Order: sequence, then structure tokens, then C-alpha cells
Amino acid sequence: MKYIVSIGLETHVQLKTATKMFCGCNLSTDCPPNTNICPVCMGLPGALPLMNKEAVKLTVMSGLMLGCEISKYSKFDRKNYFYPDMVKNYQISQNTHPLCIGGGVDITANGAPKHIRINHIHLEEDAAKINHYARHSGIDYNRCGTPLMEIVSEPDMSSPDEAMEYLTTLKQILVYAGVSDCNLEDGNMRSDVNISIRPEGQEQLGTKIEIKNMNTFKGIYAALEHEIARQTAVVSAGGVIQQETRRWDADLGETITMRTKENAHDYRYFPEPDLLPVVLDDETIDSWRKLLPELPSQKKDRFVEQYAIPEYDANVLSAQLPVADFFEKTIACGAQPKMVSNWIMTELLRLLGESGKELADIPLTPESFASLLKLLDKKTINMPTAKELFPELFEKGGDPEAMVKERGLGQVSDSGAIEGFAKQVIEANPKVVEDFLGGKGPALQFLVGQIMKLSRGKANPQMAAEVIKKQLGV
Amino acid sequence: MDLDISKMTIAAAADGMRAKDFSSVELTQAVLKAIKEKDTEVKAYLTVDEEGALAGAKEADDRRAAGESGDMLGIPVAMKDIFNVKGQPCTCASKILEGYIAPFDATVTRKLREAGAIPAGRVNMDEFAMGSSTEHSAFQITRNPVALDRVPGGSSGGSAAAVAGGTAIASLGTDTGGSIRSPASYCGCVGLKPSYGRVSRYGVTAFASSLDQVGPIVKNVEDAAILLGAIAGADSHDQTVLDREVPDYRAALAGASLKGLRIGVPKEYFIDGCDPEVMASVRKAIDMCANAGAEVREISLPHTEYAIAVYYICATAEASANLARFDGIRYGFRKVGPEATLQSLYDRSRTDGFGKEVKRRIILGTYVLSSGYYDAYYNRALKARTLIRNDFQKAFESCDVIMTPVAPTAAYKLNSTVNDPLKAYLGDIFTVPANLAGICGISVPCGKTSENLPVGLQLLGPAFGEVELLRAAAACEKEFA
Repeated sequence: MKYIVSIGLETHVQLKTATKMFCGCNLSTDCPPNTNICPVCMGLPGALPLMNKEAVKLTVMSGLMLGCEISKYSKFDRKNYFYPDMVKNYQISQNTHPLCIGGGVDITANGAPKHIRINHIHLEEDAAKINHYARHSGIDYNRCGTPLMEIVSEPDMSSPDEAMEYLTTLKQILVYAGVSDCNLEDGNMRSDVNISIRPEGQEQLGTKIEIKNMNTFKGIYAALEHEIARQTAVVSAGGVIQQETRRWDADLGETITMRTKENAHDYRYFPEPDLLPVVLDDETIDSWRKLLPELPSQKKDRFVEQYAIPEYDANVLSAQLPVADFFEKTIACGAQPKMVSNWIMTELLRLLGESGKELADIPLTPESFASLLKLLDKKTINMPTAKELFPELFEKGGDPEAMVKERGLGQVSDSGAIEGFAKQVIEANPKVVEDFLGGKGPALQFLVGQIMKLSRGKANPQMAAEVIKKQLGV
Repeated sequence: MDLDISKMTIAAAADGMRAKDFSSVELTQAVLKAIKEKDTEVKAYLTVDEEGALAGAKEADDRRAAGESGDMLGIPVAMKDIFNVKGQPCTCASKILEGYIAPFDATVTRKLREAGAIPAGRVNMDEFAMGSSTEHSAFQITRNPVALDRVPGGSSGGSAAAVAGGTAIASLGTDTGGSIRSPASYCGCVGLKPSYGRVSRYGVTAFASSLDQVGPIVKNVEDAAILLGAIAGADSHDQTVLDREVPDYRAALAGASLKGLRIGVPKEYFIDGCDPEVMASVRKAIDMCANAGAEVREISLPHTEYAIAVYYICATAEASANLARFDGIRYGFRKVGPEATLQSLYDRSRTDGFGKEVKRRIILGTYVLSSGYYDAYYNRALKARTLIRNDFQKAFESCDVIMTPVAPTAAYKLNSTVNDPLKAYLGDIFTVPANLAGICGISVPCGKTSENLPVGLQLLGPAFGEVELLRAAAACEKEFA
């Protein structure tokens, strides 16, 4: 029997606001435990929440990027449950009227395009972080009240690979929109999954299992693989899947029952009386729409069209917004697009990968990068010189034109000088000359190489070849 | 100097200080002395910060010397134990908050301080403002100064008892379902519940967030106007406060008259089962208004009968969440059982930390929000609440003010409702509709029973109609005097 897998994701994304969701505490992560707190995010008696309008804006922008319908009227609810990571023992969230409804993410599954529907996006506050030690647990409330947007997908993914595609694309879009860093290490993008299997041919979805506690994309993938195998084994053996919430144990590499349906929480949602509903007019939504960047896929198409670069190049360049921006800025400084593309894909991305640095952290500017490529394009310097200069620019920055001038790296295109070198080379290598005249092509390369050597790498190689041929009368 | 606090109003104290008859320090000393001498039986006060009060008074005197002269400058105010006053205890008369010291000022506290008033002492209340008799305090029973064997009403019973007992010039209370108006009525004070959204709730420990309002319990309508003016207005810490101009309520009282005032008398508020003496007293007061030139007409508020049920669903639902934070983890009372589990920490801290009435309401509120019951209770209550609000909106098309009794009885004997919660809940029948509708209401003394117990007349006005409400109340006060 073959089974069809249905996977849905609930993805929590930390928004890039300056302050917390309902108070004025900032969002810095690197301060000692329980120092970045106030009466509001600690839920002290009498404290009241205040809406962070920036968080609403960023969520709406995300919704617009993902093709959601933006709610003109949305409101907040209290989600009640007791746990020490919740200072009020309720979380302010959105239950009945979320900010964004519908929409979706376009992915590629088995080489074909596939649309993963989004059910809704809502806004809520994060809980504290609990650290467990050998004999006690510690609670750090610094994270309490951090704005989170929860993106709830429909169960449209049918394999762990599709789930990865969805998450990668989603992350790319959200980072693009500047709404979140989506940094998994810092925990600002976390997903719970729900998964069910059903026999091929059955219309109705199988019983849904929710899995929590995956901190990485890898963990999600592994948990899904494990869970598919587990459910398949249960059903194949004639068993029945019971609705429950399971926890992924990365050490054991398996999912473990966390709570069954009988023990499921009754969150007793009701409207949050301390906050006013969020009412948005067309004008506001349109003004936020204007702040949206292109989607990665739109940018890719435009790159092909506008810069006449191959689709493969456009794909690589548009994958990360900083890279795409760097590409365009370098072109704007007068460099030739295909040349810029080649250099980014080979030299720049390689050095970034090797150094583990972000584009924003290196001193290389589009201006100096363009200047280097223009020197190369005008044959003021040759390729070896350019490749030698590039790592230095990457590390320290600088003005390539000045560097070339100062160090005398300019390519020798002075025919007199090259003729002198050619004469020396021909005299010193009679055997090679003979080979060349005898029709061995590579022999010419050797002679050119000798000229390069004599010129300490500065001779224009094409000119050197021509001068040799001329002197040998070919 | 011997200042008689039992007769002292805010207005008189302000005049006295302006005339340099006495200083704020002298006034505050007189209040502290009155508390010491006279609060031994009534027991309105839980704690008094003498040193802080005198320091505040000294500061007020300095500010006056520097040229300030506002009405609240140098006036000590008794604060219900629900308001955060930085550095003072804030227990809500609950064991679960015993020893809790407020780390910040409520907005009303801040506004009082800015006006030069002094948060001088903390007065008793029903635990977390849940109750109508102040018998549900974890710490002490407060008696009605008018008749010591009777309750002062609640939940702001300490506020009313301090003002009526001559141990406070003025007091701040909160009103979720009548908790200002009812004790004011029982003790013969004036108690004002402002419209929802008129006064900030920031720093006021929440009972039911959509119903709670802060207001004065004072000796006359003029003082209510002065104190409201000091605490009302927009607050960057509370979204639910409307950004509307705060009028000069005191000045607006000038020339207040009953002539031509359209008074609506809802038939649903004059029902069987009420104390006939109280009803007669209220009827007589309304007749006096008519004789003074008011137009009295009978009106109908047809959904009144649902008010108590709706109130006890909405208020307890919100309370069940608002009080969830008291769990023994971060502050307040904590008890761990031998099980030493997280669950036992919650269970034991909350079981022993909360009183019976609070637990009753938390359980009720949890129940009405539970899956499967939400639609039958909470959702229907919200719909009925809209109907009640609409009733008032319609009524105020044809009248300026609505007059009703504040409570079905005068102050009752101690211990007479403690074991009969339903009877106690029904005592709120005339006050809860105003909270559900978000409108303003005031209790004004209008007579006495044969046992010499005060009776209060309730005046209700439309949302943000405090000026007209206070003018009507001031005219009544003059007429009844």
C-alpha cells in the first residue's frame, strides 16, 4: 500500500522591530538574563499592553509579499495556559481575526512549480526562555514580549523536501522584505509541523499529528522523515493513528508523545480587553505596499531581461538580497553586467564562503569593485593582476585605480616594450619557436608566458601573441 | 491647630491652604492623627506611610511657596489597596500579594502627585475588588462608620469608610460593577464612576479590564468634580482611554439647576424584593427633583433583567485571565507541597493564596470560557451586553439623566451575605448595567432609613457626559440638603 503524506507548517518568525510587542523594551539579545524587562513585559499587576505599530506594519508587509488578503479589522485575543515562561499565564495572540488571510508560497517540487497555500498570518508575543540545569531551571524573561508573527500553512506539502523548499523560499521572501533576519541560530524562525498520512486513493486527510521542538531546518526534515516512517509502520500493521502532539528529540532522533487529545490544552481564547482592535484603511495598506521590495522570483526575471545574463546567473544573484543589490550597484557604477555576474559568482561568493563573512561586513564597495572590473575591461590591467588585487580589496577595500598606479601594475600595451621582450624570448627559445612554426599551437602559449614573465605579469597577453607572430612572420 | 477631618472637603482644604490658615503638613498631620484615633474600630486603613505622607506634604507646601495653587495641591488622598504607588504595598487585600511592594506608579497616582496630592494611606477592599461588603478582605473586616455592626459596602469599602469615618478628606476607589457607588451609598458619601475610557487603568490591578474604572469617593459633588479633573484624561500607557479633552468639572458646576432637567426613571429598577424604605426614600428624592422643576418621565431599559447574569459572566471570564499571573512563580505568596512539582506549586499557592470568593469567580470565569461552553455563556453574554448598551443609548435620546436606587437595601449587617453569594450578587443589580454599558454614574445621599442608615440615589449619564451628570448631582445635593 502506498501512502500520501500531508504536511502543514506553523512558522513563528521574530519581527525586526526596535522594541517589544507591547512595551518599550528593546529587542537586544546580548544582555544578562532578566535585565531587559519592564512592568509590562513582566505582566506585573496593573501593567497594560500597548500596541507596537511597527510589528503590525511588518506583518502586513509580509502578508502583501505572500499574496495574503489584509484584514481591515483585526483584533487580539488572550490564549490562556499556565507555564512559567508566560508571565501573565496568558499569551496575547490573534485567534478569530488575524491580520492576514490566505496567500501562499510558490515552490519547486520535483522540478515542477507548486503552490503551497497559507491559511493565515497572525501576530503574537513570545514567551520567556527556560534553561534547564542539572538540579534547577532558570527563566530568562528578556525574550518575553518579543513580537512574533505566526505563518500557518495549509497541509499542502507532500514530502520533507517540499517542506524544506517551502521554508527556504519563505525565509528568502521574509529576509528580502526586511521583516525578519530569520536567523535560525538566534531562534528567530521556528516551526511546528503537523503531518498525516492516508492511503493512496483516499480523499480525506488522515489523523493529524503535531510535532514541536525542532530548532533547525535539518531537525524538521529529520522529524518529518521519522514521523512518516513511524505512521506508515503503524498503519501498515493495521494500527490507528491517534491525534496527539509529539515532541522531536534530536538526541534520540525520534518523536515522543507530548500530550494526547484528552490532555490537549483548552486555551479558552477570548478578546483581549486591554487592546483596541487594529483598523487599517486602504491608504495605510497602500503606503506599506510601496515599501515592498521585489520578490526574489520577480527580481530573477528582471535580471535576465534587463542585464541579458543567463537564467542560471540571475538565479544565483537574486537568491540573497544583499548580493542582488551589490550586483546592481556595481553595474550602476559602470561595470559590464556579465562580467560583474561572473566575478560575483566565482570570486566574491567564494571569498564570502571561505571567510564566513556577510557582504555587509566587508569593506569592498560596489564602487571599487566596478572600478577594478573597468580596469580589466579596458585592458588597463590583465586578468592575473585583477585576480591578485581582488582578495586585497575584499579584505581591506581601497581604490583599484590608485593601487594600479602606485604599484605600476598597469598592463604593458606599449608595442615597443613588448617587441623588445618578444625578441629576447624568440632568441632564448629556438626549439619552441621551431615547434610553433611546425604547427604546434601550445608552443605559442609558452612564448607568451615567457613574455609575461619578463614583463612581471603586466604585458597584454593578446598583444604579446600578436607581436610574436609578427616577428616570426606568421 | 485642630482640623476636623470629618467635615473637611477638598474644596475647603484647598481654600484653607490658599488662605494660609493651615499648611499641607498640618492638614496631613491632622489626617494621620484622625486615623490613629478614629480608625481603631472602623479599620478602613490597611497601611499608612506616615513618613512618606509628611514628606509629600512638605513638598506640596514648598510648591505652594513657589507659586502653585491647584485644588489638589497638598491634599492627602486615601488610596484603595488596588492602586500601584511606587514603594508602597499593593496587596488588593489578598494574601497572594502579601508583602508585594509596587515598583511603579499607576497613572492616577502619577497624576495625583503632579497635582500635588499625597497618596497618604492604603484602604481596605474586597479581595481583588470582588465583593460588595469588604468582608472578603484577607486582612481585616472594615465596619460601616455610620453603624458599626454593618458593612461599609464594597468593594471600595475602605475608601467610603475612611471618608465617612472622618479619617480621610477624599479617597480613590475602583468600580467594576458598583464598587464605588455602592459603598458610597451605604456610608453616606458621594461616589462617582466615570465613563469607561475617561480615566487610565494603568497601574490599577485589573479585575475585569473591560469594566474597571477609577473614581472618587468623597464628601460632596464638588469634590468629586475636583478629583475627577485631577485623574481623568488620555494616557500613553492605556490604549482604552479616549483622547478627549478634560473639562474643568468644578467650574462647570456653577449655576447647576434641576429646572428643565429631563429625568428618566426606568421601571425595571423599581421592583419587588427591594427594601421598601430605600425605595420610598429614592422615590421621594425624585419627587423633590420634579418639584424643583425637573421633567420626570418613566422610561424602559428592557434588558435590565439580564444584567446580573451578563456581568457575572463577562467579569469573571476576564478575571480568570487577569488573576492567572498570581501563580507563586515570580512574586507574592508561594507554597510548595511535598510533591515538589510545578503543578503543586501552582495548586497550593493559588489554593491558599486566594480567598473563597476570588476562587469562586475564577472557577466561574474559567468555566464560561471553556471549550463547549464559550458560545452558550461568554458569547451570548457579549451579545446581551450590546443590547444593554443599546438600551441606554436609546434612553438618553429622551432624557438627560437616569435616576435609580444605588442598591436594593441600605447597609446590611456583617456576615449576612458571606455564605450566600447569590444574594450578594443580586445586591449589584442596579449598578452593574452602567459598567456593562460604559456610561457614567454617581451615587448621591438622598435620605435615611428609620434606622438612620444612609440611602443613595444613583444618577446615570451617557458616556463622557460627566459634566451634565455632575451638574445634576450638584443640583440634587442642594435640593436634598
